[in-house]
Amino acid sequence: MLAKVRGRAAYAVIVLLLLLVMLAPFEWFLARYTTLMIFIGLNTMLTVGLCLLMGYTGQVSLGHAAFFGIGAYFSAILSKTYDVNPWLAMGIGAAATGAFAYVISYPIFRLRGNYLAMATLGLGLIIYILFRELGDYTGGPDGMYGIPYLSAGGFVFDTPFKRYFLVWGLCLAMLLISQNIVRSRSGRALRAIHGSEAAAESVGINSAQFKMKIFVLSAVYASLAGSLFVHHLRFVGPQPFGFLASVMVVVMAVVGGLASVWGAIFGAAAIRILSDKVLLEFGELDLIVYGLILMVVMIFLPQGLFVGLKEGYARLRLRYVRREAEP
Amino acid sequence: MAGVTSGSIYALVGLGFTVIYSVTGIINFAQGEFVMLGGMISYIILDSTGLPTVPALLLTIAVVATVGAVLYLMAIRSARKASVVSLIIITIGASVFIRGVAGEIWTRDYVRPPYFSGDESLSFLGAYIQPQALWIIGTTVAAMIVLQVFLTYTVMGKALRACAINRAAAGLVGIDARVMALISFSLAAAFGALGGVVVAPLTTTSYSVGVMMGLKGFVAAAIGGFRSPFAAFVGGITIGIVESLAVAIDWGPFSSAYKDAIALVVLLLILLVRSGRLAAEERVG
Repeated sequence: MLAKVRGRAAYAVIVLLLLLVMLAPFEWFLARYTTLMIFIGLNTMLTVGLCLLMGYTGQVSLGHAAFFGIGAYFSAILSKTYDVNPWLAMGIGAAATGAFAYVISYPIFRLRGNYLAMATLGLGLIIYILFRELGDYTGGPDGMYGIPYLSAGGFVFDTPFKRYFLVWGLCLAMLLISQNIVRSRSGRALRAIHGSEAAAESVGINSAQFKMKIFVLSAVYASLAGSLFVHHLRFVGPQPFGFLASVMVVVMAVVGGLASVWGAIFGAAAIRILSDKVLLEFGELDLIVYGLILMVVMIFLPQGLFVGLKEGYARLRLRYVRREAEP
Repeated sequence: MAGVTSGSIYALVGLGFTVIYSVTGIINFAQGEFVMLGGMISYIILDSTGLPTVPALLLTIAVVATVGAVLYLMAIRSARKASVVSLIIITIGASVFIRGVAGEIWTRDYVRPPYFSGDESLSFLGAYIQPQALWIIGTTVAAMIVLQVFLTYTVMGKALRACAINRAAAGLVGIDARVMALISFSLAAAFGALGGVVVAPLTTTSYSVGVMMGLKGFVAAAIGGFRSPFAAFVGGITIGIVESLAVAIDWGPFSSAYKDAIALVVLLLILLVRSGRLAAEERVG
């Protein structure tokens, strides 16, 4: 009974959320936040990949911004310098990022825990340094301007209003795919891996293969987000792909909840609003605040803020329902 | 020579990683921030109070050791049963937090504390060398010896080693693992700060140097296999020399910019070469 009610409530929340997302950019509603919402959508794509990776495989990536960057630079360089169709460039970028993640996942998933985190941190920094130093291709620290808009037939995504629907359409598709993975056999396998890798393998789950799939999927998500990012800003520079950018994704995942697909929206929205609308007023306190969030949430709600609050609420309700049931 | 100098600093950072990891099983991702704090605080004290060099430096190290202790008490100890992932995120959070505080209350510019003994190069067998480089190498060697003596001959040092060998058994003979963890964090912070204090006059420092320092110190500790301080020392010198050799080779127009990337490539190679053993250790620990 309780599960049914909770299930129905969850659907209601999702429908309301969808409605909000669909109506937000219209003039009579939240149009002045369209750009902010586009960034929230892009960040959600990054975050949901990392949530899957951290929550369902128990591994941390501290270099996630690198995949975001690879997608971004592929799109920028191919579509501007080589005049490739932007959609094709985006596809090539995603395929290349996926292939790259696939290749490095072999050596990297021989590591785990601390060493895996350190390796991804190192890898992320190497890729960042390449973005900065391969100036002939990437424009170096100054970046590249004048990247074309995406277009379909005669329809050009030249206003934030149009791009908003593109970004959120893709974002919701990614969330649904992730949701399906989590609720399928693969999802149960992943949870088993998180619980105990040895036990999972003993019942015939190929843990290395599952981890690899999630890793590649999250890399492709990040790459697509990166492509949309450059076609939105029409500019790319190395700055949004460094160490702190990777940490930001971790902050969003931690706020959203590590094993939660829909929490990713919450995490991305909370941090994006915090950084764009609140912290800007107070100068440069962002690092202090992000550091505090990471520490406090992990100490008190290790499953993540959103999930932690949700579980706390469910516990309270259960207690209430039980009390009602007693005569 | 430049390799040995920078290698000494990596060794001091690696020493910190090794001490904390062997006593608590935690990799402290905020280790590099102790180096940053050492450099920045020594600059602030020397610049604003006019204290003589030696007391100012000792004060700096004491302050940073306290930061290490506070980090343990506030963040690590409250999350005692946390998973590896939580601990990684907590120490990353601490790292970002410390960096943010430093950038906010001091300055975001590069600063350079004064040299310990002038900046006139000494000539030695026809080669010129900065006196500060001698200070760096001398301090590192001295710190190594002091640490080794501390670990071998004092009761507290022996207790630390006991904890590193077998935490449960150490507990049985009355060694409080939490006290030992506290000491290991302070020690690691002090060594990091020492590195920051001696290197800052030579290379300048800023609020953002921590990440790179931490990574290179981690490489040093990983080369040494997180076993003994001496192994971390050898690891530090090795990575320093590799780095300076790699910079000396002409890589075309970007040579010096790739210096950091080289250390990172070494990091990945070391991790992969050692992956089998590290994974086995992680499962046991």
